[in-house]
Amino acid sequence: MTVAIQPEIEQAERPPVSQAIAKIALIGNPNSGKTSLFNQLTGLNQKVGNFPGVTVDKKTGISQLTSQLKAEIIDLPGTYSLYPKSLDERVITDLLYDPASRHFPDLIIVTADASNLKRNLLLFTQLADLQIPSVLALNMVDVAEEQGVKIDIEALQREFGVPVIPMNARKGLGVAALKIVMSQQLEATSTTFFEIPAELKPLLDGIKDRFSLTNNYLALQIAHHYKTLKFLKEEDVTWLDDQLAAIGFKSNAQQANETIARYTRINELLLDTVRVEKADKNEQFSNRLDQVLTHKVFGYLIFFVILFLIFQAIFAWASYPMDLIDQGIAAINILIQDNFDGPLVDMLTEGIIAGLGGVLVFVPQIAILFAFIAILEETGYMARVTFMMDKIMRKFGLNGKSVVPLISGVACAVPAVMSARTIENWKDRMITIFVTPLMSCSARIPVYTVLIALVVPEKYYFGFMNLQGLVLMGLYLIGFLAAIFSALLLKFILKARERSYFIMEFPTYKMPRWKNVGITIVEKVKAFLFEAGKVIVAVSVILWVLASYGPGDRFEQAREKALVEARAENLNEVQTENRIASHQLEDSYAGIIGRSMEPLIRPLGYDWKIGIALLTSFAAREVFVGTISTIYSIGEEENVTTIKEKLMNEKDANGDPFFTPARGFSLMIFYLFAMQCVSTLAIVRRETKSWMWPLAQLIYMTGLAYVMAFITYQAFS
Amino acid sequence: MRHKTWEHTGQRSVRELKIGESGVICCLNDPEMGLKLLEMGCIPGTEVKMNSRAPLGDPITIIVNNYTLSLRLDEAETILLK
Repeated sequence: MTVAIQPEIEQAERPPVSQAIAKIALIGNPNSGKTSLFNQLTGLNQKVGNFPGVTVDKKTGISQLTSQLKAEIIDLPGTYSLYPKSLDERVITDLLYDPASRHFPDLIIVTADASNLKRNLLLFTQLADLQIPSVLALNMVDVAEEQGVKIDIEALQREFGVPVIPMNARKGLGVAALKIVMSQQLEATSTTFFEIPAELKPLLDGIKDRFSLTNNYLALQIAHHYKTLKFLKEEDVTWLDDQLAAIGFKSNAQQANETIARYTRINELLLDTVRVEKADKNEQFSNRLDQVLTHKVFGYLIFFVILFLIFQAIFAWASYPMDLIDQGIAAINILIQDNFDGPLVDMLTEGIIAGLGGVLVFVPQIAILFAFIAILEETGYMARVTFMMDKIMRKFGLNGKSVVPLISGVACAVPAVMSARTIENWKDRMITIFVTPLMSCSARIPVYTVLIALVVPEKYYFGFMNLQGLVLMGLYLIGFLAAIFSALLLKFILKARERSYFIMEFPTYKMPRWKNVGITIVEKVKAFLFEAGKVIVAVSVILWVLASYGPGDRFEQAREKALVEARAENLNEVQTENRIASHQLEDSYAGIIGRSMEPLIRPLGYDWKIGIALLTSFAAREVFVGTISTIYSIGEEENVTTIKEKLMNEKDANGDPFFTPARGFSLMIFYLFAMQCVSTLAIVRRETKSWMWPLAQLIYMTGLAYVMAFITYQAFS
Repeated sequence: MRHKTWEHTGQRSVRELKIGESGVICCLNDPEMGLKLLEMGCIPGTEVKMNSRAPLGDPITIIVNNYTLSLRLDEAETILLK
């Protein structure tokens, strides 16, 4: 990485930091290049943990500052000020206002976009007034220079009293210089940027006394935020209540005055240090591009073309690695089964490895989807999509940013739920997470295709419209309608914790930074594998036990019975094995539960055999096809045609065909609505940090599935 | 909640600007939303320019302090002009 073209900025000689590992917090406006800098400093040495007691992830990473010195970098949510507007941003106040906290930083790096210095400095001046040692990382300096913004960095450094490092984090310029400064023992600046109103002084002195603080601005911040600060004791809160009421402290008015005063001060400072020579070219270019990309007609058209591309990629490109993974897992299983034997081996191959396969097989789709989403976000296009969709989505209790999860849901609900992260508003985000699994994901396709082939005739209208295709499209449409109308329902049920707003910076268009794209993919895949993986493997093992064992000697009897039948019907070896598997499944715990479920599912048109399939496919919908082929002993080499023939020959008690259109449609509708996916439940639990949401989802979706399947069955029969 | 003072005074808000038209911010009349807008640089005395509208007319983008800010119409309504 080159730092040669960096302007030489005079830095004072300072001793190195004494601690073995310094804690350094990274903070800055959204779009100020904070993520790029974090990735530059830490690379793949990142991990996501939890802030104690807060429902927000803590991203940390280790940065090698010098050959001996390491630092722990804490990535804080992007924010415009120290007055948090969302739950995410509250992490900042909880961290910075509690010097006793274990995570309290030794140093703060403030990233600021040099081409938009005025607004970026608001946050910096607030942090400087807290008197925590800080460095100003002046990002995108070269870009600003190209646009005619000339910044006198040495003057800025003098005025602010902190090291100012010009850099371009996207290209890695200035990172080395920043690391050198980070490795030194820094002092907090003595400059203050906000004159605290005289009438507040007695109040602040009282607060400083009580909490043994030295900093006026910290005392003021505690007066503003004491109700949400986790580290304050109950009696402190009551005490503050009384103190503030006594002088009639108005948080909103004070905050407004402070913001205006700070901007006035920043304007004065920038007058001497920043010269703008010509109009902002990049902004003009972005605005011109926007005229096309957010155009009334072309805007939506281009968006749909991009959507189409993403779908193509997810379904077409992902199928190759998915097949490879499927085959790989099968090969490993065969290898193990050929060499070892016994119930433990069966549990390993049919339970654990099969479960792992069910997790791994979705990795290509997740990787491709997040590659696209990361690129669209990095270029700034995603902000335009949310802008175009906001008004439509708002009518259903969602917001513009819900578009991404809903689209992703067609591939797989797991990464889709993860992508709801970008929605700041709590209510909008919860509704989005709740309804996303109703979008028909790719695991429903095998179920749909088998059942459509069974009950929908292959008819053509107007020579090209295939009836089976129309039904499939209809199922996707029903899923989408179910999602948005469930959102509408929730809109009236959920109480908003904060007001929904759409005030956001429109980033300028940029080339994607590939390193960020790569890190995003790795991060999402890791989260999926570890969070969803644990649960789906565990449930697979439980379901395997239920399907592989029966009470007493019923399993042995089932085998005998199958052997007798096989001999009588003169079946070959493979057919005999299938017959045994079929009879054993019938007499397993899963079979017994399936039978006892029969009265419950009879109104939907199902018998105990379908009951078993409903039970085993609870872990993941695609298991339905495998179970159906075992129950009807179709055999290893199952394909849609043989399954179809076998199922068509299935007779009910009267000798009529069992799989009538009514039963087929009822099943499709059931699988469309039901929450038959443990991975999704696991990821919803992870994202909402509560069991309440996945449980509500399970009950709502399964209930809806039952009612809708019942209506369908009754309507068709 | 929101005070609809401009209806009495007849004062124009950013909502009523035409595309390409500019105005100078006079005040923000929604205390809660106002704080957010102040932080984003919508300070009284600053010039704002209506930049574009979303295809369905809402949200809009404005240019303030040389950068583009998107916001909904009912948020733009709270920014009054001189």
